[in-house]
Amino acid sequence: MSDFDNGGAEEGPEIENELLALDAWHRAKGGRMVSFAGYEMPVQYEGIMAEHLWVRDHAGLFDVSHMGQLFLSGDGLDAALEALIPADVVSVKPNAQKYSLLLADNGGILDDLMFTRWDDGIYMVVNGAVKYDDISHLLDHLPDDVTINHMADAALLALQGPEAVTVLSRLVPGVEDLVFMTGGRFVWNDVPLWISRSGYTGEDGFEISLDGEQVAAFADALAAEPEVKPIGLGARDSLRLEADLPLYGHDLDTDTTPIMAALNFAVGSKRRRAEANFPGAERILAERDQGPAVKRVGLVIDGRQPVREGAAVVDASGAEIGKVTSGGFAPSLNAPIAMAYVPLALAEIGTVIQLSQRGKVHTGTVTAMPFIPHRYVRAGGK
Amino acid sequence: MSRYFTEDHEWIDVDGDIGTVGISEYAQGQLGDIVFVDVPEDGKELSKGDEAAVVESVKAASDVYAPASGTVLEGNTALADTPGLVNEDPEAEGWFFKITLSDPSELESMMDEVAYAAFIAKL
Repeated sequence: MSDFDNGGAEEGPEIENELLALDAWHRAKGGRMVSFAGYEMPVQYEGIMAEHLWVRDHAGLFDVSHMGQLFLSGDGLDAALEALIPADVVSVKPNAQKYSLLLADNGGILDDLMFTRWDDGIYMVVNGAVKYDDISHLLDHLPDDVTINHMADAALLALQGPEAVTVLSRLVPGVEDLVFMTGGRFVWNDVPLWISRSGYTGEDGFEISLDGEQVAAFADALAAEPEVKPIGLGARDSLRLEADLPLYGHDLDTDTTPIMAALNFAVGSKRRRAEANFPGAERILAERDQGPAVKRVGLVIDGRQPVREGAAVVDASGAEIGKVTSGGFAPSLNAPIAMAYVPLALAEIGTVIQLSQRGKVHTGTVTAMPFIPHRYVRAGGK
Repeated sequence: MSRYFTEDHEWIDVDGDIGTVGISEYAQGQLGDIVFVDVPEDGKELSKGDEAAVVESVKAASDVYAPASGTVLEGNTALADTPGLVNEDPEAEGWFFKITLSDPSELESMMDEVAYAAFIAKL
């Protein structure tokens, strides 16, 4: 028996992996550690399927401290940042969080990110696998007046699932008043916390930034609550796939634009489109008007065999016309699902698509995403 | 009846010239939740080391190799609907296929249960 591949884990044998602040904590909880984004990270504890379903029903604790946490400050920051991302930065209110994309000059995606306005600047969370590239890009392109602080000593936890609010408000009263994509400063046992109501599972939940020295005590406190289990990278991947959340380096890269990636909401600002002064604006706006050549879609695969990243989308003659960028078995749907880039003509919901993997042809149907409805707690939604 | 193991974590039970093949308890633990198994067709000729079956967990796909040469007698049809049998009972109910051995001497180079236990203890 042998693996065809490592299931998307990023191997970096020539570079020694960094250890998370919670490394010993994960091992003590039975985490199976793998190499990912330059870190030793837990891929699972009791099993991906059980962990995935636990998050959909209860609350799961994720250590996402491999992600890059940056703090940007200085005069002219908003305008300078708008030169690199398509978001309306200026109108983002204090403690409001926004999704955006770091774009290359040709409109390709360098990374996807979340940013939040703090009193004295902008807090940004970027992907772990490319965080040093992002920092270089920001250093190269932001003016000298802007300071970039890589918060390398900060840990980042995510508590996700329908019971997350019950648990976290028990430990940190007040978090229940946050709504999706907002954050605030809190304190637990004298430990300062930055908490936002956000995540990467499609469920309600929170992301919590705190000092790496304190994270083990806080993780212990959370994990002691009956609603909470630790969740590994494997379930994080299947949860985000069901929730239509693309993964950088897989579903997004420098060859894909926001429109190809079906992230049109990331170029949702009328002012930014009118000014057309973000990288790749000409191409991105043309694709937005006329349609991209290829587009990211969701597929439900016939049968039970997963069709995974790297499988080809083929036409009737067997010629490759697209690619699967993420795929796996969806525990909440009890069926294999995938994300793929297909020619625009095949991107309509209900289109049946042929896929080729290791010499075998599979059939998938273009399906509206998210596969599982989002359960975010939005402003005015109560 | 004798049981032999490969270094790739297949097991084969041999009764006369009929072998029953599956993956070990250790292998199912490494794979995690199994969601799909593709077993070979009846009558398929396999040489030792051929890709004989595919097993897919939530996270990854893996090949299962023929531990010995022969002709496939039958695949375990229960695995089509209940691939989780491989997790629950990998070394009995979760068998993959039966094979009529063409060269039983191939078994001589394989590990017995004691040797396999020592082998995985070092992994």
